[in-house]
Amino acid sequence: MNKHATSNLKAEKIAGGVATDQRHDSAHKHVSGAAVYIDDMPEPAGTLHVGLGLSKVAHGTLKSVDISAVRSAPGVVDVLTYADVPGENDVSPSGMHDDPVLAEGKVQFFGQPIFAVIAETRDAARRAARLAKIEYDEIPAILGIWPLDPVTDRLVTTPLTLRRGDAAAAIAAAPRRVKGRMKLGGQDHFYLEGQVSLAVPGEDDEVTVYCSTQGPSETQHLVSHALGVPSHAVTVEVRRMGGGFGGKETQANQCAAIAAIAAKKLKRAVKVRLDRDEDMTATGKRHDFAIDYEVGFDDEGNILGVDFMFALNAGFSADLSGPVGDRALFHCDNAYFYPNVHAKSAPLYTNTVSNTAFRGFGGPQGMIGAERIIDEVAFAVGKDPLEIRKLNFYDPMEAIGRRNVTPYHQKVEDNIIQRIVAELEESANYPRRRREIQAFNANSRFIKRGLALTPVKFGISFTKTESNQAGALVHVYADGSVHMNHGGTEMGQGLHLKVAQVVAEEFQIDLERVKITATTTAKVPNTAPTAASSGADLNGMAAQNAARQIRQRLTDFAAERYQVPVDQVVFLPNRVRVGNQEVSFNDLVRQAYIARVQLSAAGFYKTPKIHWDRGKGQGHAFYYYAYGAACAEVSVDTLTGEYVVERADILHDCGRSLNRAIDIGQVEGGFIQGMGWLTTEELWWDDKGRLRTHAPSTYKIPLASDRPKIFNVALTDWSQAYEPTIHRSKAVGEPPLPHGMSVLHALSDAVASVADHKICPRLDAPATPERVLMAIERLKKEVKSGA
Amino acid sequence: MARVSIRNEIRFILNGRNVVLSSVAPDATLLDWLRLDRSLRGTKEGCAEGDCGACTVLVGKLSAGGLVYESVNACIRFLGSLDGTHVVTVEHLRGEPGQLHPVQQAMVDFHGSQCGFCTPGFVMSLYGLWMKTPDPSNAAIEKALQGNLCRCTGYEAIMRAAHAISSYGKAAKDPLAVERKAIMARLEAMQDGARIEIGSAKARLIVPANVDDFAAILDKEPGATIVAGSTDVGLWVTKHMRDISPVIFIGNLDGLCAISEDQSVISIGAGVTYTDAFSTLANRIPALGPLFDRIGGEQVRNMGTIGGNIANGSPIGDTPPPLIALGARLTLRKGSKRRTIPLETFFIAYGKQDRQPGEFVEAVHVPVPAKGEKFAVYKITKRRDEDITAALGAFFLTLAQDGTVADVRIAYGGMAATPKRASAVEKALLGKPWTEETVGTAMAEYTRDFTPLTDMRASAEYRALAAKNLLLRFFVEATGTKAPFQVSRNEAA
Ligand SMILES: Cc1cc2nc3c(=O)[nH]c(=O)nc-3n(C[C@H](O)[C@H](O)[C@H](O)COP(=O)(O)OP(=O)(O)OC[C@H]3O[C@@H](n4cnc5c(N)ncnc54)[C@H](O)[C@@H]3O)c2cc1C
Ligand code: FES
Ligand code: FES
Repeated sequence: MNKHATSNLKAEKIAGGVATDQRHDSAHKHVSGAAVYIDDMPEPAGTLHVGLGLSKVAHGTLKSVDISAVRSAPGVVDVLTYADVPGENDVSPSGMHDDPVLAEGKVQFFGQPIFAVIAETRDAARRAARLAKIEYDEIPAILGIWPLDPVTDRLVTTPLTLRRGDAAAAIAAAPRRVKGRMKLGGQDHFYLEGQVSLAVPGEDDEVTVYCSTQGPSETQHLVSHALGVPSHAVTVEVRRMGGGFGGKETQANQCAAIAAIAAKKLKRAVKVRLDRDEDMTATGKRHDFAIDYEVGFDDEGNILGVDFMFALNAGFSADLSGPVGDRALFHCDNAYFYPNVHAKSAPLYTNTVSNTAFRGFGGPQGMIGAERIIDEVAFAVGKDPLEIRKLNFYDPMEAIGRRNVTPYHQKVEDNIIQRIVAELEESANYPRRRREIQAFNANSRFIKRGLALTPVKFGISFTKTESNQAGALVHVYADGSVHMNHGGTEMGQGLHLKVAQVVAEEFQIDLERVKITATTTAKVPNTAPTAASSGADLNGMAAQNAARQIRQRLTDFAAERYQVPVDQVVFLPNRVRVGNQEVSFNDLVRQAYIARVQLSAAGFYKTPKIHWDRGKGQGHAFYYYAYGAACAEVSVDTLTGEYVVERADILHDCGRSLNRAIDIGQVEGGFIQGMGWLTTEELWWDDKGRLRTHAPSTYKIPLASDRPKIFNVALTDWSQAYEPTIHRSKAVGEPPLPHGMSVLHALSDAVASVADHKICPRLDAPATPERVLMAIERLKKEVKSGA
Repeated sequence: MARVSIRNEIRFILNGRNVVLSSVAPDATLLDWLRLDRSLRGTKEGCAEGDCGACTVLVGKLSAGGLVYESVNACIRFLGSLDGTHVVTVEHLRGEPGQLHPVQQAMVDFHGSQCGFCTPGFVMSLYGLWMKTPDPSNAAIEKALQGNLCRCTGYEAIMRAAHAISSYGKAAKDPLAVERKAIMARLEAMQDGARIEIGSAKARLIVPANVDDFAAILDKEPGATIVAGSTDVGLWVTKHMRDISPVIFIGNLDGLCAISEDQSVISIGAGVTYTDAFSTLANRIPALGPLFDRIGGEQVRNMGTIGGNIANGSPIGDTPPPLIALGARLTLRKGSKRRTIPLETFFIAYGKQDRQPGEFVEAVHVPVPAKGEKFAVYKITKRRDEDITAALGAFFLTLAQDGTVADVRIAYGGMAATPKRASAVEKALLGKPWTEETVGTAMAEYTRDFTPLTDMRASAEYRALAAKNLLLRFFVEATGTKAPFQVSRNEAA
């Protein structure tokens, strides 16, 4: 296709600049099956395949590992154990050295990889993996956090404490107090494409790993550690993932390391692609939490003091559990001002898979703690929870008084939650529907309706400061076409598209002139994982920086060549005005090339302003906040606990959206994913520590028919980022996920109706039909016993 | 019986081309064959167990209605079962020259893909729907997509796309519609009435020529694995790597796929799929319609058979309890000998059915409730659609003139080691006035009938409670109330 001739030199605007709705750059390939994922790449001749041997006990020492039958099985080429790891037998992202590539001496969860079969076909490898004879000396296993003591039991890493004011004194002095404990389940990522890596050995110590990873640099570093070679020997590349959601931030590394080790050892390409059951059994998930809370408040419902303990199930290793616990604390205020607060995390060791990043990274769990407190206060003072929410919001940005300091001592300067909630209340007809539901419930014996409106304030930045940097590489070829590369990865969120829009905007050329290319550590080094919603914020800025360098060179060149002042060189759509004449962008580039102007640049960006002192629990942890609110209505069958979501309305803040079509997709998808987490997605381990919901047959993510029957999603078209972010847009990956809370609270509201809204339902999550019914029964009993 | 001829190859059409395979492993799946042998990698694997739909392809089969294209899960569809069909993968979709197909263009324009991994599967499911129903309702789209998981989009964009497809092109002008006659002719040319036998010793597959041939083969080889829709057996292979050879494929088998009905009974051949049984059953016994809509997803319903659902003996199969409550009977056949038994007695214990070696399930005969007889079935699951039963209750009731219970049959799934009658509950109802008070008394009897288990789907406590509450729901429904007695997806808010 020659697109060269098609650039419109008269256009008033380029096609595909920022703040325009663009279709996903790969959409036409997605729909035709032409988009290439790792497992779709043509394998090099002689490619071998891996099957993993997984632990069958939750905790034990390895008494004997007999793999002779595995070795002699048809098609088997080799079997790797920890002894075959040439470098460090560790893929721990935390530097704690607690994440072995292959188990050594002991196993710490049911499903931990012990050996890797390398065979001519994947089928042969999987079959052979079953033939091992492994004897364990079992050790008592800790299978969940619920019975644990967050203060005295073993932690995988240092906890965090946040403290402002004197929470204990404030609670003690408060006119009213409530104390409770909430159980909050974890969540499997269920990216549709499971973990997969293809390692192709190169010369000397080189290896290229094609890996479905959100953090190519991290994968590169950990593979090089495991191989015992410098990072420069390892190249990691990913064009796209079939979903990530945090599940490929660190969890891709183990498969990558195994593939690379085998490839180097056997001098053949090696592919690891986990079966869905193995993927769900052996890789980490969203942390389940036990949240202890105590709140002191007055008769109006003003919160005076809050004390939280966020115990999270880290699993057997640290992985990212420390920072996940931190982010839960950072969001334990959600959008509310706590005059006095004390909050602590406890990343508890258990003999389950090591939990990891998942969209929101602990933030949603923190917010759920806040919303539980709101519920408690509302039921105690007999008001609609929405009233309590509004009473306790941070001061709005236009009227900041004294109620704007977070538990981590950062000032909230950009709060727009009041306006968002007010607009949503109106567009969703909250007051009217509240009355209608009351009437409906009064007349309906078995089916009860529930309604809730929940806010979201989400902090944007990595709390690990060094992660807030990004690089990009932009080439302008002599024909004026542009090659764009940056450190971010594409997992469906439209990151590459947004960054390409930014580059197109800088050069004022049509989007189709900008080529999107695979992320590779060979082009942009030392990048942060694509996580913390920061993809477009960081990489957009880095790419803009690269493009601006080139544009500056073109400007200087044009000024000199045409003998005009620099300010008379103006980039217009697909052309450049130089003094009184216009030159097409392509021609100017051509001239610049002939004049030997460098047309390639590496861009860089680091987020300004942020700092964080973890020891003190104080700092400017977030560059800015993203806001939103959701209102959900449900119907609940009080005989069975079954429910449907009748309607949901969302108003979400993306600042000045780079691409509304993409952002709306993120909001819709995030909401449904959050709803799934809090409703039907239940992780269930048996008493042997074996995950029994390890496949879609038993682990139920939402379907199209679980969507709200009426689903209205809107973006705040009036907001823009308070800070100079990329074109004043805001991050959108994670912030919409907690909108799923509205469904949990609507269910809670429906449950509460069976006790005339007098008792706080304390509905735990996931609120499966079973949990809903059991909560209903509990409330009915409490009413009967006259409590 | 006429001697059947034997053929040692399978023949089908893949996209545009005829395929002839003489070497086919009995457990080879269509998905692996497409991806590994044919390098057609648009079709994805997301789970290898029929639940996610990433592997969805269309299979066109000749049937009474002509050539019908149905969505199926390539991951659990065996290659050896495809003889005489037209397999259509995402690579085969075509629009006007240089353009995407209407389904694809709608998905692009309405932002129906994010990561794109689920997308080919959605495209194929929507394509299958659109060919049959060019302007589908929300409910029809949701039903067609019950077997497709998307983790990114939240589905809203896909729904918008699904509604818009017909504005991008006419289903009647679709290549598969235009080429239908030619494809039918090619498929008919492949039909030679032969039995297919491929492989030897440890890896052998057989496709009988017809039901009599099947009976004869099974009689001789009682140890063979019968595979109908493979929605159970497929997982034995992909998940448990069980050796299933020799395999007898009976999907779409002549003589096993018929439905016949008269005034009072519907007889369903064991090879009839959920999809093919739907219209007759939903018409004659309306309560079965919504239940069938919640069995598996569309792809599973297009493959899975009622015979398989009964024969597998599972305590959580969805058809046995309602069929037992209706008083269904089962015909079993060995060679040319047949016997017909009450379906209820077929289920002896967990993993044990009244089926002799060499015997197979031939048909099930379902009495149609007469006027005045009340029948209902309720399925309880964690997720509404495409989920396996936690508890399922089926109720059949006849009242006497005086308002007392003249006849009652209540059967449950998920509550015991087999599909099981609630006999103590029935006893507490029989002869009593059909009142809420009677129902309340009967509800106390559930503990006599059932001691359910706790597992990942539900706790024993929940099963027990929800199961007995279903009797109250049935009472309320049977009184003909206008008030809502259960939550419903399809009614507007
Ligand atoms: C994703 C998914 C969702 C599902 N959801 C549901 C659900 O909601 N409810 C539900 O009840 N089931 C569900 N199932 C299970 C499955 O669809 C049924 O059990 C199905 O009816 C089995 O029929 P089949 O033709 O596919 O059987 P197959 O898999 O071919 O065979 C099943 C068993 O029956 C035997 N068999 C088959 N036909 C005969 C015969 N004529 N005579 C003797 N033996 C025979 C086979 O040898 C085998 O043992 C689901 C399965 C999947 C994969
Ligand atoms: S791969 Fe999931 S249904 Fe086939
Ligand atoms: S687009 Fe990613 S799973 Fe559907």
